[in-house]
Amino acid sequence: MSRFFLQNMDKGGSIFLAIIAGLAILIPALNLLVPAGSAFHIPTSTMSLWGKYLCYALLAISLDLVWGYCGILSLGHGAFFALGGYAMGMYLMRQIGSRGTYGNPILPDFMVFLNWQELPWYWYGFSSFPFAMLMVLAVPGLLAFVFGWFAFRSRVTGVYLSIITQALTYALLLAFFRNDMGFGGNNGLTDFKDILGFNVQAQATRAALFSMTCVMLIAGFLIARGIVVSKLGKVVIAIRDAESRTRFLGYRVDRFKLFVFTVSACMAGVAGALYVPQVGIINPSEFAPANSIETVIWVAVGGRGTLVGAALGGVVVNYAKTVFTSGFMAPYWLFALGALFVFVTIFMPKGILGTAQQLWEKRRKPAPAATPEPAPAE
Amino acid sequence: MRILSSLLRALALATLLALQPGAAAAQGGDDAFARFGADSFSDTNRAIEILITSAHPQAAPIIEALAEGRLLAGGGPVVIRTTDGRFIDARTGAALASAPPGLAPVRLNNSVRRGIQAALGGLGLLDPDTARRILAAEAVFKSRDAALLPVLEGALAKETDARAKAALRQAQAAILVAKADAPPFDRIAAIDVLRERGDQDALATLRSLPAESSASLKEAQARAVSDIEGKLALWRAGQNLWYGLSLGSVLLLAAIGLAITFGVMGVINMAHGEMVMIGAYTTFIVQEVIRTSAPGLFDYSLLIAVPLAFIVAGLVGIAIERGVIRFLYGRPLETLLATWGISLILQQAVRTAFGPTNREVGAPNFMSGAFEIGQLAITWNRLWIIVFAILVFAALLAILKLTPIGLQMRAVTQNRRMASAMGIRTGRVDALTFGLGSGVAGLAGVALSQIDNVSPNLGQSYIIDSFMVVVFGGVGNLWGTLVAAMTLGVANKLLEPYAGAVLGKIALLVFIILFIQKRPRGLFALKGRAVEA
Amino acid sequence: MSVNTTRRVMLGAALAGATVLGSWLPAAAQETIKVGILHSLSGTMAISETTLKDVMLMLIEEQNKKGGVLGKKLEAVVVDPASNWPLFAEKARELITKDKVSAVFGCWTSVSRKSVLPVFKELNSILFYPVQYEGEESERNVFYTGAAPNQQAIPAVDYLAKEEKVQRWVLAGTDYVYPRTTNKILEAYLLAKGVAKEDIMINYTPFGHSDWQTIVSDIKKFGTAGKKTAVVSTINGDANVPFYKELGNQGVKATDIPVVAFSVGEEELAGIDTKPLVGHLAAWNYFQSVKTPENEAFIKQWKAYKKNDKAVTNDPMEAHVIGFAMWVKAVEKAKSFDPDKVIDALPGIEAPNLTGGISKMLPNHHITKPVLIGEIKADGQFDVVSKTDLVPGDAWSKHLDGSKDLIGDWVEKKCGNFNVKSGKCGGA
Repeated sequence: MSRFFLQNMDKGGSIFLAIIAGLAILIPALNLLVPAGSAFHIPTSTMSLWGKYLCYALLAISLDLVWGYCGILSLGHGAFFALGGYAMGMYLMRQIGSRGTYGNPILPDFMVFLNWQELPWYWYGFSSFPFAMLMVLAVPGLLAFVFGWFAFRSRVTGVYLSIITQALTYALLLAFFRNDMGFGGNNGLTDFKDILGFNVQAQATRAALFSMTCVMLIAGFLIARGIVVSKLGKVVIAIRDAESRTRFLGYRVDRFKLFVFTVSACMAGVAGALYVPQVGIINPSEFAPANSIETVIWVAVGGRGTLVGAALGGVVVNYAKTVFTSGFMAPYWLFALGALFVFVTIFMPKGILGTAQQLWEKRRKPAPAATPEPAPAE
Repeated sequence: MRILSSLLRALALATLLALQPGAAAAQGGDDAFARFGADSFSDTNRAIEILITSAHPQAAPIIEALAEGRLLAGGGPVVIRTTDGRFIDARTGAALASAPPGLAPVRLNNSVRRGIQAALGGLGLLDPDTARRILAAEAVFKSRDAALLPVLEGALAKETDARAKAALRQAQAAILVAKADAPPFDRIAAIDVLRERGDQDALATLRSLPAESSASLKEAQARAVSDIEGKLALWRAGQNLWYGLSLGSVLLLAAIGLAITFGVMGVINMAHGEMVMIGAYTTFIVQEVIRTSAPGLFDYSLLIAVPLAFIVAGLVGIAIERGVIRFLYGRPLETLLATWGISLILQQAVRTAFGPTNREVGAPNFMSGAFEIGQLAITWNRLWIIVFAILVFAALLAILKLTPIGLQMRAVTQNRRMASAMGIRTGRVDALTFGLGSGVAGLAGVALSQIDNVSPNLGQSYIIDSFMVVVFGGVGNLWGTLVAAMTLGVANKLLEPYAGAVLGKIALLVFIILFIQKRPRGLFALKGRAVEA
Repeated sequence: MSVNTTRRVMLGAALAGATVLGSWLPAAAQETIKVGILHSLSGTMAISETTLKDVMLMLIEEQNKKGGVLGKKLEAVVVDPASNWPLFAEKARELITKDKVSAVFGCWTSVSRKSVLPVFKELNSILFYPVQYEGEESERNVFYTGAAPNQQAIPAVDYLAKEEKVQRWVLAGTDYVYPRTTNKILEAYLLAKGVAKEDIMINYTPFGHSDWQTIVSDIKKFGTAGKKTAVVSTINGDANVPFYKELGNQGVKATDIPVVAFSVGEEELAGIDTKPLVGHLAAWNYFQSVKTPENEAFIKQWKAYKKNDKAVTNDPMEAHVIGFAMWVKAVEKAKSFDPDKVIDALPGIEAPNLTGGISKMLPNHHITKPVLIGEIKADGQFDVVSKTDLVPGDAWSKHLDGSKDLIGDWVEKKCGNFNVKSGKCGGA
């Protein structure tokens, strides 16, 4: 088993794993054990913020798996992320129990508010953590499976596929906005209290959630890497580079695509589920097509086709957003962000990581050298 | 509607007084002028009533001035400001050298406005102007004030104009239907008149038949109601179709520029919506300039804006192509990222330059209001947008089919490498194509400024729909875009009454997803090997 | 230091230099007291919220000219939550923990308030929320200076029923929690007043709805039943412009079917040609056209600050004016910026509003306000046609089953949802 995950681990991957593993232990330790006055103390808010970034990193990895390695440009990955988030949110809502504003032991506040008399059937079971976790995987996975089943069999490719994934997330956005759906409408799910009996806002819970995010990021990375370097992964990359040729060689292209797409959707769902308790709210705006497009941009900024790069992109862009939206930059941050996207696409087509690798290679071997990775075809 | 009932007496009086002009016993109206100064809506209403009942000789000009906010009061005398800026004493009609100090326009609210309408309408039944008589009859039709019946019948007897006669008759019928003591025969005839009329107002009037009416009357009413309802249902289907076409034409305008850039160059231009926004802001600037320097040209503002919007958006498009997209040849999907960045920059730039709030773009006269064909209410702005969309579509088609650059564009769409080998400078074609697509988006902006917000977010709200239209229609095919836009528009509007706005839209999105499974390259797919690349 | 080192490793060369340095910049001199401003400056809500940021900057500048508060200068900290709800929570956290602000003025949409609520509770800070909202909330850390439904919706309906003799009602709104709740309250209220069920039509549309043809013609149809009809609109922000344009074009006149709106103010009208809309109504607690010395001074100050003679003022701006004045007074009363002390000091504080009255902070953290009904004039301003006395804001609606027994009282009961029947505090 470990061979599947660890074979041919390259240097970048090892460093990445080491850093994330280090963060998983170090940051909670510095937060919990070091007293607040010390220079080494990490405030809880910083930890939650980085927890959020790492959730985005996991989402970016899941997208890179389908886009960078399989050539499926999904403009709807935010939908899987949000569905995972909603599954977690529903669990958290049920945990509130009678501590809600209206004190109704069964119905969440927003249902009492809108005069709902009983819990809709699709809320059943979410009071159980294992069931909710199953749904975190199953709902996005199933949706991706059904969607992919149709789309890949009918050989919808390229731009057409991108646009219908966008239609998918847009339709879900509109649906979840409706108050009649029973997911809290525009306000979504919020005001969470407990997770597994621990207070969501407690420092220790936040530290645990952060560590859990790191663990899931590592797991996601290893799974994605395991897929990519396996024999199956070779076929997937072949599909990306020459789909018709792969088909003519006798591979059932649609099945490979479907597998990767479904795995990726589950991964995005997990990222969403970890995101919700750390951010404290899930609402339909997560389905917005703009969010999905932004995810694509993280991957491009970090480096498409390199899993570490995707994760890096997710963190860098969101960190930049945090910095740019405060202080004197606040009214102008969109200029900076927009310029970053234009700059990266024109001058760093391989993203930060790809460009860094190139520079590194160049310095090491001034001679032509280095067989470059085949450029991803459209 | 006490005002209306008092009209009867007033009108009778007026006819009498017409015989002995000048002898007007105006003292009864004195109270009215004090009330105008009281700054209370009920007093103003009462003042109108007094003016009418006392048949004050100045009643008509005073009430007209009141309606237009030109009646000044406030303690002292009541003064009319004429449309050309002079001042007249309202009581006597004598000209004043200047307005006495401390006066303010008498304020209106909706109930005062209705009082004014009724007063002017009631006075209008005997007006020499036919159009005014018709308006007055309409006002009576709506108010159904039984007290006006004798006046109405008097007017009807004298009426010679056919249209005015019909309007008066309908007004009479509206009163008779509700009037329990009218002869049953007349009332049944009145029901027939209303059935003839056959619109929603007639329906409303018919439904107001008192519950204690006789069985035969009720039966006639029920028949008339179902008759009208049947006809209206048909008209409503037509109305929905019209709404659909109108929505479709908006979608067409928004999407057609994208169809060009997307189809010819394969560029996923996420900044397309911002080109629309630039067009709308160009319209705003044109109107601002006209407002400040040449107000007389306001009705032509859109005509002036059309070429300017095309040029401005087109130039921005060419700048984007030369500055950014040019470097991304062969990597079309990455244009999505770069243009997304550009779209963020453009949005924020407009927000910084014009502020985040909506900007007012006015409607020229020819685009305001509505007219009716049968029971179809057609608004002028929607009609003009449809016409405009068709013109833009035809012009684009002509450019593509009839001009050399169009030929080159088509060649590049079908097979870029081959076209290049034939000596077409694909780079130049790309720049021009992008400019054309962006310019057309700018044109869409001119049209959208008439029906939507002119704000930095304008483009964002259309970009997704535009992509849906282009993909549904088939990339690289203008006819596909036309059919797709109209289909989606009409389907949306036909679904809306049943499913509601949101569910209807969701249903359409699901439909597009399913449709693409069936035809993975849209309605009108391009054929040939090039599309596989 | 180590976290910054790890960050550096992760960020690589490209961005790290500038951005990490940015977060290292020393905080400005410690002598000032910081006030957070949490309004979207980009994204869909920028259209409404940007002016609120400006008004806060102006108020803070003005206060500093008067010598600040407790002898300390105030410093505004502006962040941009970009109309992104999770970002609101993140920015709130940043303002409180990193910038150590003493109070935050911000949020517009309900969801943004809901999103930051847990943060304010956890970190125990103060939020002043300036927008009319759906009610059903009373939190220790939040002060609601906008209208609750009983301070806007119900008086407006009363006005229509009395002055316009309206018997048939269209409740049209955007599909989110504020219109839903307001319409539920209104429906219950109208039914209780004897309006028949079939005389009420409720319609919801999505955010940013731009094609109103069908709905406007439905309204026209609904209005031809022989009874006077009015539309009560809780349509949100951006969707209003196309709605009003369609009303104007389809010839729906205020004398036939008046529309009373709860989210349309001077700012929104600035983007529309208002001539066809004359006579339609809006209900607020403030209009720019109110003639009082306070208001005229404020308008003058605002125009000078914006360096724009056409700059308009609106209701949420007034809410910030009142809220800020109350905060300053509460700080002075508590002689401290400590949130706990200020929160305890706030109820009972009075501050003049701009319409000639004195608003008071109530124990439920809502304030007393007059309700004004205005008719749209041709110049985009409102003509005030009705004004009530000060109405105390109800945190919990009396017209909803779930909340009719609840009150908020942070002075005596120390609780936001005290159930008067059971005598207990519900929830957490």
